[in-house]
Amino acid sequence: MRIPSGCAIAAVISRTGRRMTGGAIMEAMKPMHDRSNGLGGGFAGYGIYPDYKDFYAFHMFFDCRDTRKKCEAFLKESFEVVKGELIPTRKMPEITDEPIIWRYFVTPLRSVLADLQLDEKEFVARTVMKINVEMNGAYVFSSGKNMGTFKAVGFPEDVGVFYRLDEYEGYSWTAHGRYPTNTPGWWGGAHPFTLLDYSVVHNGEISSYDANRRYIEMFGYKCTLQTDTEVITYILDYLIRRQGLTLTEAASVIAAPFWSTIENTTNSYEKEKLRYLRTVFPSLLITGPFSIVLGFDGGLMALNDRLKLRSMVVGEKDDRVFIASEEAAIRVMEPDAEKIWAPSGGEPVIVTLKEGAF
Amino acid sequence: MGVEFIYPEFEVVRNYDRCIACRVCERQCANEVHFYSEERGVMISDEAKCVDCQRCVSLCPTRALKIVKSDSTLRENANWQNDTIKEIYKQANSGGVLLSSMGNPKPLPVYWDKILINASQVTNPPIDPLREPMETQVFLGKKPSRIERGKDGKIKCELPPQIALSLPVMFSAMSYGSISYNAHASLARAATELGILYNTGEGGLHEDFYKYGKNTVVQVASGRFGVHEDYLNAGAAIEIKMGQGAKPGIGGHLPGAKIVGDVSRTRMIPERSDAISPAPHHDIYSIEDLRQLVFSLKEATQYKKPVIVKVAAVHNIAAIASGIARSGADVIAIDGFRGGTGAAPTRIRDNVGIPVELALAAVDKRLRDEGIRGNVSLVVGGSIRSAADVIKAVALGADACYVATAALLALGCHLCRTCQSGKCNWGIATQRPDLVKRLNPDIGSARLVNLMTAWRHEIMEIMGGMGINSIEALRGNRLMLRGVGLNEKELEILGISHAGE
Ligand code: SF4
Ligand code: SF4
Repeated sequence: MRIPSGCAIAAVISRTGRRMTGGAIMEAMKPMHDRSNGLGGGFAGYGIYPDYKDFYAFHMFFDCRDTRKKCEAFLKESFEVVKGELIPTRKMPEITDEPIIWRYFVTPLRSVLADLQLDEKEFVARTVMKINVEMNGAYVFSSGKNMGTFKAVGFPEDVGVFYRLDEYEGYSWTAHGRYPTNTPGWWGGAHPFTLLDYSVVHNGEISSYDANRRYIEMFGYKCTLQTDTEVITYILDYLIRRQGLTLTEAASVIAAPFWSTIENTTNSYEKEKLRYLRTVFPSLLITGPFSIVLGFDGGLMALNDRLKLRSMVVGEKDDRVFIASEEAAIRVMEPDAEKIWAPSGGEPVIVTLKEGAF
Repeated sequence: MGVEFIYPEFEVVRNYDRCIACRVCERQCANEVHFYSEERGVMISDEAKCVDCQRCVSLCPTRALKIVKSDSTLRENANWQNDTIKEIYKQANSGGVLLSSMGNPKPLPVYWDKILINASQVTNPPIDPLREPMETQVFLGKKPSRIERGKDGKIKCELPPQIALSLPVMFSAMSYGSISYNAHASLARAATELGILYNTGEGGLHEDFYKYGKNTVVQVASGRFGVHEDYLNAGAAIEIKMGQGAKPGIGGHLPGAKIVGDVSRTRMIPERSDAISPAPHHDIYSIEDLRQLVFSLKEATQYKKPVIVKVAAVHNIAAIASGIARSGADVIAIDGFRGGTGAAPTRIRDNVGIPVELALAAVDKRLRDEGIRGNVSLVVGGSIRSAADVIKAVALGADACYVATAALLALGCHLCRTCQSGKCNWGIATQRPDLVKRLNPDIGSARLVNLMTAWRHEIMEIMGGMGINSIEALRGNRLMLRGVGLNEKELEILGISHAGE
């Protein structure tokens, strides 16, 4: 079953690495309430676990205690687990039917990595994929270092209160409210969708989905959720981490310029490169309306589809940059936001921390 | 007569109120059906020779003619059908293998017709191809599996040789010899104008057509007719023909009567000698041997030309394709069992091979399961009849389609299925100069360009309806397809859901 959805997204980052509580981003989702329908909301915060910054933070849903025990035993076979605890939540009438929500700070055992001849990130990614595909009732919904996603069935502003995001501090935040036209309302299905430190919030419905999915699954990714966001996350992980593309290069694969634009590019290396990337990765072109915000260790990237079929605006104030589906959301975070502009289709907006800022 | 007599299949119906005895039909019919009776002062016909090619009907200035199926039939029998019985009579008369041409006409399932295409509504906007750019270009060839950078950090942009097509369609192999000089000229000129490729087939390349090299696939088949170094380097790609959908497992036979003049020179064989291509390539008895041929062709062309390996769709096509994908080939062309031919044994044409839809779905899946889909591009042929078939093939996983019969129809072919006789009244499947000149390459190429331009518009319109603005986002996008009236197994092989799911 494929789940089409329309959504609201918002994001903020401090370029100087100043840490902000999750309060502002929760507020930002309020004016866009009508874009969600209470069936899913979520947030990602970066720089929120400074005390455990060298460990992968696994955020997990479990259906019962037994599954949790089993999963913990499985993790301990190949990871050092330095801490495992319930993620603190607030009981509230707006959020019900919660699964068991737990987090672990882990690092893969050197001996295991040496045995498998895998680099650390690849091993972590494979473990996450394995748990999500093979372990019934267990689901890893966040797996990066010094970052975390928080998501649930409900309106995004309630989800933020539920997870007590006002008590976390991070240098960047992304948020998502989902308007699925057809969903069973499973917690794992909410956004952001993540793998390692990449998190994606996405507004739109992509028409290239199955072409993208069937291609990316050749490289060990398993799309279990049948949502656009999941496949976009895997594509970005594949292009950036595994193929070593820069953010801009990855953007020029998924929102590739039209051939006519490429032919008119004057810089000859640029032209050759665009032509090359489009020829090598035709199956990773994403068509249909989308606006996405990719969160990663040290920055954010916002990107629209090449026809710009979904709204997205960017604004700035001092050290902070704001991104949202609607200007109103930016105004809530910062009434005096300046330089509000709408990036054109296929043009990535990349904001990174100043050197050594965090 | 007597026991050998078979009542003619067609009747020539002439409306004598309209017939002015201008004798056009007589001049037009190479089968010598029509003649003028001086004695009676009227046109009469020997309908036993008529093949229903519609030439006389199309050219009769007073519309006095029509050809109808004869209603003189044997007693009806669901098991022993008319054709079956007549074929037995023919074989009892001749003692020979029955020959046919063009594709399998039997009522076997056409899966294209049981697959429906999606369109966007509400949640995802359709795109108007008249207002927004809509891209149909494709590149066929091996794609590198790793991005590499130089010391300066720049991406190394060298690609293995690629075939660039302005739309995912090529004209498939039809040899000079089996079809006429003018038919080849039309195909070559149309391919050049359209920015696509046509294919020489196994008969070599006439010297006049070297100038269309950038839009030519040069074929190397088991007979190796007309193959030499300049030929290999003349085209944009080289195709090794291992098999043909209409006659998997057997070679080809062009009768000596067609090996005249330029045809004999181009094939590099003596005039009037039968051109027989053996069933196997005599240097290929395994996949390793194929690899050697692929690389010898690449050596001969300095690794500048992509190599296509064309195979017939047979039972274990997925495993075969997986072998080819590892043989160094850049493109695999799969020819389905409904593919056309200039001549094939009837029994083989009608009973050997499998539908290309199923073969394509199985191969695309297999190559993805093995993670080697990027090693090769997939081209499918064997009765691609319309833009809708192209869309469905691409969504199932093809990079491009081969069309031949549709192209011949554009040139005037009326599918009389008697190409093997060499008396094609439309100037296509013939070498008789008086017939060949009936096909004017100026008109022929213009009609081919029209046909493909129309298909391109339709492809763009259907893509736009799905909210897709570039053909690569459609390739392998099986979610855009639904089956109707297919059973679980068929859906499973096609990898699509049933309508309503
Ligand atoms: S063979 Fe063709 S041209 Fe001759 S009578 Fe029949 S339809 Fe007419
Ligand atoms: S090419 Fe000529 S002989 Fe062959 S089917 Fe068409 S009209 Fe008949």
